[in-house]
Amino acid sequence: MSDISPAISRFSDLANPTRFLALSARLIPWLAAITAILFAIGLYLSFSTEGDYQQGDTVRIMYIHVPAAWLSMMCYTIMSLSAMGTLVWRHPLADVSARAAAPLGAAFTLIALVTGSLWGKPMWGTYWVWDARLTSVFILFLMYLGLIALNRAMDDPSRAARVTAVLILVGFINIPIIKFSVDWWNTLHQSESLMRMDGPAIDAEFLWPLFTMALAFTLLFFTLHLMAIRNEIWRRRIAAQRRLAARMAARED
Amino acid sequence: MTALFLRDLKLSVRAGGGALIGILFFLTVVAVIPFGVGPDLKLLSRIGPAIVWIGALLSALLGLDRLFQAERDDGSLDLLVMQETPLVLTVLTKCAAHWVATGLPLVIASPLLGLFMNMNEMAIGATALTLLVGTPAITFIGAVGAAVAVALPRGGLLVSILVLPLAIPVLIFGVSATYAAVEGPQPFLPPFLILMALTLFFAVLGPAAAAIALRNTTD
Repeated sequence: MSDISPAISRFSDLANPTRFLALSARLIPWLAAITAILFAIGLYLSFSTEGDYQQGDTVRIMYIHVPAAWLSMMCYTIMSLSAMGTLVWRHPLADVSARAAAPLGAAFTLIALVTGSLWGKPMWGTYWVWDARLTSVFILFLMYLGLIALNRAMDDPSRAARVTAVLILVGFINIPIIKFSVDWWNTLHQSESLMRMDGPAIDAEFLWPLFTMALAFTLLFFTLHLMAIRNEIWRRRIAAQRRLAARMAARED
Repeated sequence: MTALFLRDLKLSVRAGGGALIGILFFLTVVAVIPFGVGPDLKLLSRIGPAIVWIGALLSALLGLDRLFQAERDDGSLDLLVMQETPLVLTVLTKCAAHWVATGLPLVIASPLLGLFMNMNEMAIGATALTLLVGTPAITFIGAVGAAVAVALPRGGLLVSILVLPLAIPVLIFGVSATYAAVEGPQPFLPPFLILMALTLFFAVLGPAAAAIALRNTTD
């Protein structure tokens, strides 16, 4: 085994759920603590800075809305990577990761949709329009729900994971559509103002709280994701133990 | 492949009248709309293309769960998976047969429904043309859903839930091409070409993904 590079061997070490559980048990408190600190700083910053000269205090919705929208896409990307892990490498933790991420992604997408529509009412005068960005994010939400439903509809977890992985990968087309929808269709939603070639078109005063909140949200996601993976591993172990116990009981009769 | 195509075609035409039921459903969906929005002919002719498209989309979903279900039930799906011809080709053939049996009748029936909706000749022609180009995409997307749901005891409804979000781009560009042809200041060609591109794209992606899903459900 000496010819395997250390990075690969460490990655495949994680395939052992027990090692993963031990590692994540050490990681989660740290992640959670950093997340809490970042949230405290981010929330303080977002409430202490001045409101926008046009939008007033409602601009603070942005500090929730934008990170949640980012995460809704990042979560799907992570699910797609996990799906590749399931189909290509049959990594035993990949399907657990995809399954654990789906409800989180659905939740962040819902947060983005709800805060967006609360922000839209004072700014655009309506809670909802069938704008390209809004519609594609709504489709993303529907896809999360469909994937959760599909994954839960099958009894055998490994088969469910492989079949769901195919659909996750097919649905990944939607992510670039969401990302570029504001540039391709010039509809109501404002166009990209952060990740631009010529630097962010947003004042530094708003950038710092937004950046801190985005980081806090991302770490929150990873914390919750690790916890959900742990839960799923334990759930499968319990199911396996139950099956074993039932078989023993059947043999004794 | 030809034999499989003809077999599937015969099966879906003879067994329970799959094509006929699709058209009937199409007819019913479109006929229900005027009751919902009121029999205003002007309004109907304006929203007509969209209604015909939505009706076609819904009725294309209706028969999708049967694409692999019958084969799974009688065990021939395992033979199809195991045979020497690549599974992707088999799926592509089955999709083609399914489209000829259920999609093509919808396209042929759409002018009649266009008349119900008080659409002019231009709109009827454009709707039929976009449907002809766009419905194969729905079949190919649907094949993925059908393959994914084939392992489920009652996958029919789930197929629709999984497939509809992915089919929305097809609907968007089909309807916008039709509107562009009828009234719009925008030219007809760009959305129409995008629609064609979607169909070609899903013709590649759909059977491949469906083949992977089928392999994973049957082993």
